[in-house]
Amino acid sequence: MAQAHTAHDSSHGSYSAYLIGFVLAVILTVASFAAVMAHVLPPSMTLAALTFLAVVQIVVHLVFFLHLNTSSEQSWNLMCFIFAAASVIVIIGGTIFIMHDTAINMMSR
Amino acid sequence: MAHEATMSPLAHADDHGGEHHHETPNVFGFWLYLMTDCVLFGSIFAAFAVLRNQYAGGPSGKELFDLTNVGIETAILLFSSITYGFASLNALAKNKTMVLVWLAVTFVLGASFVGLEVNEFTSMIAEGNGPDRSAFLSAFFTLVGTHGLHVTCGLIWMVVLMVQMMGPQDLSERMMNKLACLSLFWHFLDIVWICVFSFVYLAGVM
Repeated sequence: MAQAHTAHDSSHGSYSAYLIGFVLAVILTVASFAAVMAHVLPPSMTLAALTFLAVVQIVVHLVFFLHLNTSSEQSWNLMCFIFAAASVIVIIGGTIFIMHDTAINMMSR
Repeated sequence: MAHEATMSPLAHADDHGGEHHHETPNVFGFWLYLMTDCVLFGSIFAAFAVLRNQYAGGPSGKELFDLTNVGIETAILLFSSITYGFASLNALAKNKTMVLVWLAVTFVLGASFVGLEVNEFTSMIAEGNGPDRSAFLSAFFTLVGTHGLHVTCGLIWMVVLMVQMMGPQDLSERMMNKLACLSLFWHFLDIVWICVFSFVYLAGVM
């Protein structure tokens, strides 16, 4: 029972977990702002860097702040999240793909 | 226990489980709501992605966005995430005074975020760059406005919980569930903001 209680507490985080997450989030945020403000990369590379940093920061927030993990207690939460994330990728990716194609074929630019 | 009469059967059954705090169906149900909210934001981001270059002769993001302001907003929201985390940890430790203190700090941070955003919106509208100026600005105001509206709802919710906590509910199992739901909501909004500052503001001034 004591062991179960410890495992349970860790799923709700601790001061150190929140602080680690916070420091990682600050580093990633500053890196995003620096990538744009320093103008060292060409625009397409900067956009790729922004996307990468955003995805990493989202994972950091999910793990350290929302306490999402692969434990059996969380398996439904994780599965729902994966489904929602897949839906969002299809919605955004599909929209950009179709609308870009339409714009080219309609010569609206 | 008058307030027990209003509990759902599930929450009531949980009450007999003693001090041990399980994730209840309420919290999982709230997680499902957040996933649908995720799809809502996904749709608005998709609309923004399509319309982000349709300036209709109006100003572009490069001319409009003030990265210092965005940086301050980002820092405020990030700090409010960790202060809510401290409130959660104190709730688990049953330290009600500190829960209230950290919730108050979180509220002040959240309110200043909304204040900065309202300030940004009003100055843009005053300069004639409101949502009616171009498709880009319509999409911008819809996306950032929806996020701001969510934060405002979170602030109202936070005040309600603080008032309830000072009443007979104290840090009951039921209150812990409410705090857990608001925690998910608040941290989720910070995740949405990561996408906003990356793809709307930073990508907009590139």
